[in-house]
Amino acid sequence: MDILICIKQVPGTSKVEVDSVTGVLKRDGVDSKMNPYDLYALETALKINEKVGGTIKVISMGPPQAKEVIKEAFTMGAHDGMLLSDRKFAGADVLATSYTISQGVRRMGNTDLIICGKQTTDGDTAQVGPEMAEYLGIPHIANVRKIVEVKDKSIVVEMDMPDTIEIVEIKFPCLITVEKDIFQPRLPSYRRKLDIKDKEIGMISLKDFEDQNEKRYGLNGSPTQVERIFPPEVNTDREMWNGSPAELTEKIASKLKNLKFI
Amino acid sequence: MGKLIVNQDKIPSIDELIKICPFGAIENNGGKVEINAGCKMCKLCVKKGPVGAVEFIEEEIIEIDKSLWNGIAVYVDHVEGEIHPVTLELIGKAKELASKINHPVYCIFMGENIKDKGEELLHYGVDEVFIYDDAELKDFRIEPYAAVFEDFINKVKPTAILVGATTIGRSLAPRVAARFRTGLTADCTILDIKENTDLVQIRPAFGGNIMAQIITPNNRPQLATVRYKVMSAPKRNAEASGKISICEISKDKLGSSINVLNVIPKEKETGISDAEVIVAVGRALKSEKDLAMIKELAELLNGEVAVTRPLIESGWADAKRQVGLSGRTVRPKLIITCGISGAVQFSAGMNNSDYIFAINIDEKAPIFKVAHYGVVGDIYEIIPQLIEQIKLSREA
Repeated sequence: MDILICIKQVPGTSKVEVDSVTGVLKRDGVDSKMNPYDLYALETALKINEKVGGTIKVISMGPPQAKEVIKEAFTMGAHDGMLLSDRKFAGADVLATSYTISQGVRRMGNTDLIICGKQTTDGDTAQVGPEMAEYLGIPHIANVRKIVEVKDKSIVVEMDMPDTIEIVEIKFPCLITVEKDIFQPRLPSYRRKLDIKDKEIGMISLKDFEDQNEKRYGLNGSPTQVERIFPPEVNTDREMWNGSPAELTEKIASKLKNLKFI
Repeated sequence: MGKLIVNQDKIPSIDELIKICPFGAIENNGGKVEINAGCKMCKLCVKKGPVGAVEFIEEEIIEIDKSLWNGIAVYVDHVEGEIHPVTLELIGKAKELASKINHPVYCIFMGENIKDKGEELLHYGVDEVFIYDDAELKDFRIEPYAAVFEDFINKVKPTAILVGATTIGRSLAPRVAARFRTGLTADCTILDIKENTDLVQIRPAFGGNIMAQIITPNNRPQLATVRYKVMSAPKRNAEASGKISICEISKDKLGSSINVLNVIPKEKETGISDAEVIVAVGRALKSEKDLAMIKELAELLNGEVAVTRPLIESGWADAKRQVGLSGRTVRPKLIITCGISGAVQFSAGMNNSDYIFAINIDEKAPIFKVAHYGVVGDIYEIIPQLIEQIKLSREA
């Protein structure tokens, strides 16, 4: 079976602040790493691959240095990888990102199963997987918490719902997004690291795509626009309340009501 | 819409320019500045860089006719006909937005045998509930659900659609957004609307450290998801208003390669680590049986009971419920500490909570240094009254 994993390079820290005077985004360092949720997607693929064989490919989109996360996927056991990188992809929102990756996936050939992590730690939207599936014209299941059975033409999974678990069978080709903890991700192998030292990572840019209409990529292909960014409101209240028990109770209750806890 | 142009001759210092970009997307390629694929189009380099060094060139766009899109729609989230309460919260928000632009509020409800459930929604001020009732829609499966959504949008043309950020909503909304090549903003915490019907969507970004205000200026419909318990549900009106429209869709659009084999109810997990509300009690508790009032308060607030170490040592509570350095670290939206003095070992385990209420009889207790609302009083007097008051307001 041929499995494709979507991975992303994300900032190593989520510590960002907005300078309240200049409005400039401040980031501590430029450390980056593989989106932690993608490790679960990768491990899921490796586990399936151990049982039924086939290939595991990874795809990522980002600046040239994002090749690093593809290398990391190799050291964990992925066989092949491609990076989608082009200045024209810059400023992409969820829609343009999903469309770009779906074009890259088409370019990479047939796949039975696409696995994505639940979400990324920098975007946090959990939307790219389902939007890609739409562009690829294949069904998807999100929030998969367990692989029950891998059959010849389908896969049976557990989907995590707020109050229930649904056991669902879905035919290939399809896309699933997996929950954290579906499997414990393995550590990268040092031997593989040596083996893949010189392994080439293919680069794909807009000129390699089936659809070369620039209006569908990057900022031009993004229907949403960030109007402004600002620091979140934090509760800086420091109040002391004195009074009779009845008065204090009244105060607590009305505050809780204001805050929508009652 | 547009692109960034780099004017090499207007850059006094390449290194200084590179530092401006928080995403490391400006590169020095042998003395020539280039913007790479890491660019997020935040345009800080245009605003903060040397004058004229990086220019943003607007491209002319063909503006859509927004007046063709009318109404705020809410997706009715349900499992086997049980409507998820986030739906009512979204109806409340939709009404507020709709009244600002004088639009109607719609609901789209798809499932099997749901007609009577749809009637109930008319008690919350919805103008029209569009119901798609079909055996193929019994369980959530992405292809038929997306097909119905598409049919609804083409028929009704709502300007904005609000979807609960549940497992289903997070799966369905992106699918629909991609089908209409339109914008979708996830997990909005604040929603507003402009006169020109642009939905103002505010959400935490970068792990919640920054808020981003997002609009979808030239695409319709505009989609947004909102998590449960972010907006407030409206009061139920005794009288129903508005109407139900039964919609038909041809069976051949409802095919699916997904088969739901079984739906298993989940065991309710309890624990303090993920609790949104915690009522914590400490040494001021005189006897084990008095835990009952703490439990009652926690239940009324849909929260969990937590304790300090002395209560664990006296065997009154399970060690899993201990907050503090030797217990668990918690970060609920609300914590009410009852008779806890607030030693650092305790407060280190909870001081990142969003709202901290502390009730303590000693005005000098250190807990009041971390509390947002410090209540100087006796828990044995205040808590029973608070319980009564909450019960009363529930009945009202």
